[in-house]
Amino acid sequence: MQDSGERRIVVSIRNAAKSYQRGSQVVPVLEEISFEIFQGEFLALMGPSGSGKSTLLNLIAGIDSVDRGSILVDGVDIATLGERELAGWRAAHVGFIFQFYNLIPVLTAFENVELPLLLTPLGRRARREHVEAALEVVGLADRMEHYPSQLSGGQQQRVAIARAVVSDPSILVADEPTGDLDRVSAEEILRLMARLNSEFGKTIIMVTHDPRAAEKAHTVRHLEKGVLSDVPS
Amino acid sequence: MFLLKLLTRNALRHRLRTGLTILGITIAILAFGLLRTVITAWYAGVNASSAARLISRNAISLTFSLPISYLERIRQVEGVKSVSYANWFGGVYITEKNFFPNFAIEPKSYFELYPEFVLSPEAERAFVTDRKGCVAGRKMAERFGWKVGDNITLKGTIYPGTWDFVLRGIYRGAEKSTDENQFFFHWDYLNETLKKTVPRRADQVGVVILGLKSPLTAAETSLAVDARFKNSLAETLTETEKAFQLSFISMTEAIVVAIRIVSFVVIIIIMAVVANTMAMTARERIGEYAIFKAMGFRGYYIAGMVFGESLFIAMTGCAVGIALTFPVAAKFGEIMGAFFPVFQVERSTLYLDVVFCLLVGLVAAVFPTWRAVRIGIADGLRRIG
Repeated sequence: MQDSGERRIVVSIRNAAKSYQRGSQVVPVLEEISFEIFQGEFLALMGPSGSGKSTLLNLIAGIDSVDRGSILVDGVDIATLGERELAGWRAAHVGFIFQFYNLIPVLTAFENVELPLLLTPLGRRARREHVEAALEVVGLADRMEHYPSQLSGGQQQRVAIARAVVSDPSILVADEPTGDLDRVSAEEILRLMARLNSEFGKTIIMVTHDPRAAEKAHTVRHLEKGVLSDVPS
Repeated sequence: MFLLKLLTRNALRHRLRTGLTILGITIAILAFGLLRTVITAWYAGVNASSAARLISRNAISLTFSLPISYLERIRQVEGVKSVSYANWFGGVYITEKNFFPNFAIEPKSYFELYPEFVLSPEAERAFVTDRKGCVAGRKMAERFGWKVGDNITLKGTIYPGTWDFVLRGIYRGAEKSTDENQFFFHWDYLNETLKKTVPRRADQVGVVILGLKSPLTAAETSLAVDARFKNSLAETLTETEKAFQLSFISMTEAIVVAIRIVSFVVIIIIMAVVANTMAMTARERIGEYAIFKAMGFRGYYIAGMVFGESLFIAMTGCAVGIALTFPVAAKFGEIMGAFFPVFQVERSTLYLDVVFCLLVGLVAAVFPTWRAVRIGIADGLRRIG
């Protein structure tokens, strides 16, 4: 898919709606959302707590499903995929960056980054090369054998970013990636993400509360009570 | 390989909790092994029984005896190769705590019928020729520090009085399962004394032991012996040595059943303990399982992590428990030697240990795995932080 300006559309969301059941009550979270994300775009989703931005991110990443509408990623309607196909699709197309880094504490930085590659047909040597390259990009080549508990918050998030990009996914989804970091570390992480976007052409969809983080994005969209509005960055 | 590394490290994440769970499994396996070995020891006499021997006793009860005159008539029965006899003496050595089985026997024929009691030719000669001579099993001699030539005095309970003996030999078992805790002396010594003190109790034997020409004739021979003494003053009940031994076990069947039940209850308890540990573990790691699933790992990988960790804990406890069973059983057997002359951990007990530990590991992981595999990724991620 391409728009009129010849930019390739990576994510196309059409009339997506999502609600949750709380007891006997149905709580609508997203209502008839439609928009596109282009190849190489750095998109920030902002909005107050409970506005539905993390839910939207989960829908795009294929870890939750829409009630109505469709989500096409690289031309594939992920709403039609079964659980098994969806797992394979996520492994191949999505890199995750979480607020609390979510590294596996019993694995070293190297082993954490290696995890997504275990689902690929790559051999041991090839995996090692990929992991070393990813850790090199995030500036932690000298911390490969460190466990998460031996790293600072910023370093842990950089390991998480290396894990997200190591399998070369089409899109990176980041849920409050700087939410648990001090200002200096947060700035480092944002610079790294901007570099991944500009140098490596990664499409990034980031949920954030932080206006400083949103400044790094090309596009900022606001969600309010499940309804999307554009705000130019 | 990666999975193995991951589940091993996960198992050691909470060292105290894992250590205590492994300790619990170790103790359970040890208890199970010892209880099973007690049951095996209970049946040791049955297992050591020969199919080529029959035991004939008074049909009313074991407390009633048979006249010695039956001996020749039994010998004439078709299928009987040799005959011997014995009386349960029930003597006490110094105090009742020093219990051991002691029998008055006819030495020559008895040792011919029981080749599993191995006595050197010199010792056998010395025993046969000394009317007050006795022989003791190797374990018993070690237990009391007896040496050949020692004087041993037993206090009679069934046959009152003080009975003096000279140790003429120490027998050893031909097999590992042979009882080396028995004491034998001359039936003639007992009988001659009874003739002087209680003549009405003389010339009586407790049991007659029949050596068969062929084990295949056991049924008809026993019927023929009992038919020969039908309607006599002392009717006989003749049965295989195994059936004779089992009749003793049947008197204590309730205890054996209780021990067996307790041994299985121990396994069920430890299953609950391991299940609890695994449930706590899975609950704590639900967020991590969600991360794995988000990255594209499928349910079977998550199940492998939980089952693997559970099996790692269960089998480690199993290995330590089995390793400890041998020295503990040896010590237990040493202390309880008088009651359990043969106390050996059987291979089948070890197989059961392994099977039950596998079962504990698998069953304990079922519910946590179900939870871990079913958790929605978004739900699991929400629990982090």
